Amino acid sequence: MEDLSANGPGFLTSRLSDAVAWARKYSIFVYPFVTACCGMEYMSAASGHYDMDRFGAGLPRFSPRQADVLLVVGTVSHKIAPILRRVFDQMCEPKWVVAFGVCTCTGGFYDNYSTVQGIDTILPVDIYIPGCPPRPEAVLDGLMKLQAKIEGQKQIL
Amino acid sequence: MSETTAPPAGNMETRSMLLNIGPSHPAMHGVIRLITELEGETVLKVEAEIGYLHRAFEKSCENSSWTQAIPYTDRLNYVSPLINNFGYCGAVEKLLGIKITERCDYIRVMMGEVSRITDHLTCIAASAMELGAMTAFLYLMKAREYLYEIIEEVTGARLTISYGRIGGVKGDLPAGLHERLETALAKTEKEISEVDKLLTRNRIFVDRVRDVGVLTKEDAVSYAITGPLGRASGINYDVRKAFPYFAYDRVEFDVPLGERGDNYDRYLVRMEEMRQSIRIIRQCMRDIPGGPVNVDAKGNVIPSVEMIDEAKLGHTAGLAGAVAAVEPTLEGSERPFHDRVMTGDKRVALPHKGNTYGNIEGLMNHFKLIMDSHGIRPPEGDTYFAVEGANGELGFYVASNGKDRPYRVRVRPPCFFAMAGLHKMLEGYMVADIVATFGSINMIAGELDR
Repeated sequence: MEDLSANGPGFLTSRLSDAVAWARKYSIFVYPFVTACCGMEYMSAASGHYDMDRFGAGLPRFSPRQADVLLVVGTVSHKIAPILRRVFDQMCEPKWVVAFGVCTCTGGFYDNYSTVQGIDTILPVDIYIPGCPPRPEAVLDGLMKLQAKIEGQKQIL
Repeated sequence: MSETTAPPAGNMETRSMLLNIGPSHPAMHGVIRLITELEGETVLKVEAEIGYLHRAFEKSCENSSWTQAIPYTDRLNYVSPLINNFGYCGAVEKLLGIKITERCDYIRVMMGEVSRITDHLTCIAASAMELGAMTAFLYLMKAREYLYEIIEEVTGARLTISYGRIGGVKGDLPAGLHERLETALAKTEKEISEVDKLLTRNRIFVDRVRDVGVLTKEDAVSYAITGPLGRASGINYDVRKAFPYFAYDRVEFDVPLGERGDNYDRYLVRMEEMRQSIRIIRQCMRDIPGGPVNVDAKGNVIPSVEMIDEAKLGHTAGLAGAVAAVEPTLEGSERPFHDRVMTGDKRVALPHKGNTYGNIEGLMNHFKLIMDSHGIRPPEGDTYFAVEGANGELGFYVASNGKDRPYRVRVRPPCFFAMAGLHKMLEGYMVADIVATFGSINMIAGELDR
């Protein structure tokens, strides 16, 4: 589709893609799927002291239709897993998933009958933030990694 | 309103509407589902479905040693984990018949109250935010951050602290904590009074919460609702006063009571409890006993190698009361402050590291406590011990069959009873009031579903 021999289109699309990537990485609308303890650290990370807003991820959207990033915060039990999956399915592309806290990464120390052993068994996860709960600094680090990932991806326009 | 929307006379059918709120709803704190029956905007009936955060607390405790159950208790009420820790430890100590040191009593009260403040801050912040008061949320989160820094300094973690130990606490308060705690408290007080100015007489806020979600005294009693919720309804019950534990009989504080039992009273009770908690912490800082830094260090200090050689030769007479010098490789593992915060009871307290590496008694003591299937073994029996959690009476019923693992650890979570009586607070009010009322209850799924 792209005419690489001409000076115009090839140059233009790549620059456009970069511009979109830049815009997307700084306008992350998160859907905080908060279930448990990690929610406290999410609140800390989102409020004034650590201020996730500096990374353009300050506005949580509680409708999956308006969100780009599903932030799964806290233990996911088998009872809530179908709801999580449904929220994910309702989100529009492009979308990313962040596993916040070790329970969402692997099940953590809840190795028992009621807990999903890592949300990657039900969702594709982009970034894992381990910790029980992760410190706000770790959350910001994960957020920056997500930004780097978004920037490096092929942008679907 | 009702006149204009009322159906015209005739055979028009009216039906109530079912509205499902949650579990994925910002005001449901993620993990509860309310099935409401509405007539227009009025709530007729509410049913709460719980269990979305069931993490098998009891089963996990039964499969871990008595000490290993402590981290699970952190995550019951994760907004005030220190109180849970101390509640569980207190229950096991009661079972074992252990008396903790006085300094430890004060540390538990102090840190428990810091935790209570963080809990109330979070509750008020979240419920104010749900009503649109974002500024109040940010101010209170700022205050919580000051206290988290103190908690981190003392326990090593911000949230899931596992600071309590059966027979004491993990470690003594760090040097110079009092000044920093006082600074943090002063800053917290400032934020609280700032929010007080923002909310307490704010017409918009008061209109949303005054006379909304009323829980009568009778209902509160019949649903066994305790804590700020019960006190807002006028029940004068606080475990700290009714059954004083730790050092609560040695500190002075008032128990604020509400009159109407509405959301506004709950808000006021929580605000006042935070001020009372600050008062308790200040008294503790004033009264906390120092105690000996390390009783053993006054004894004879012998290099550990020499001590072993002497003991092998049977020259044990000179070793009584002696302490092995800690090798340079064990630097930092020495716990010089241990003795004043940890009970001397050998059934639960780890020996001094110098003894662990220096003599066979210390080594065996350490081994028996640490090794799997040895560990702490409370005698057969069961007991109930309650503390005043941030949401009400937080009770631990622990049962032992004499083994190294708990036979049963049952929690009486204060939230559970509030959820049982939830419909009393929601029915008859508007749909929009559900958010205000639910926020004022401070439902914590960790302890609700366990």
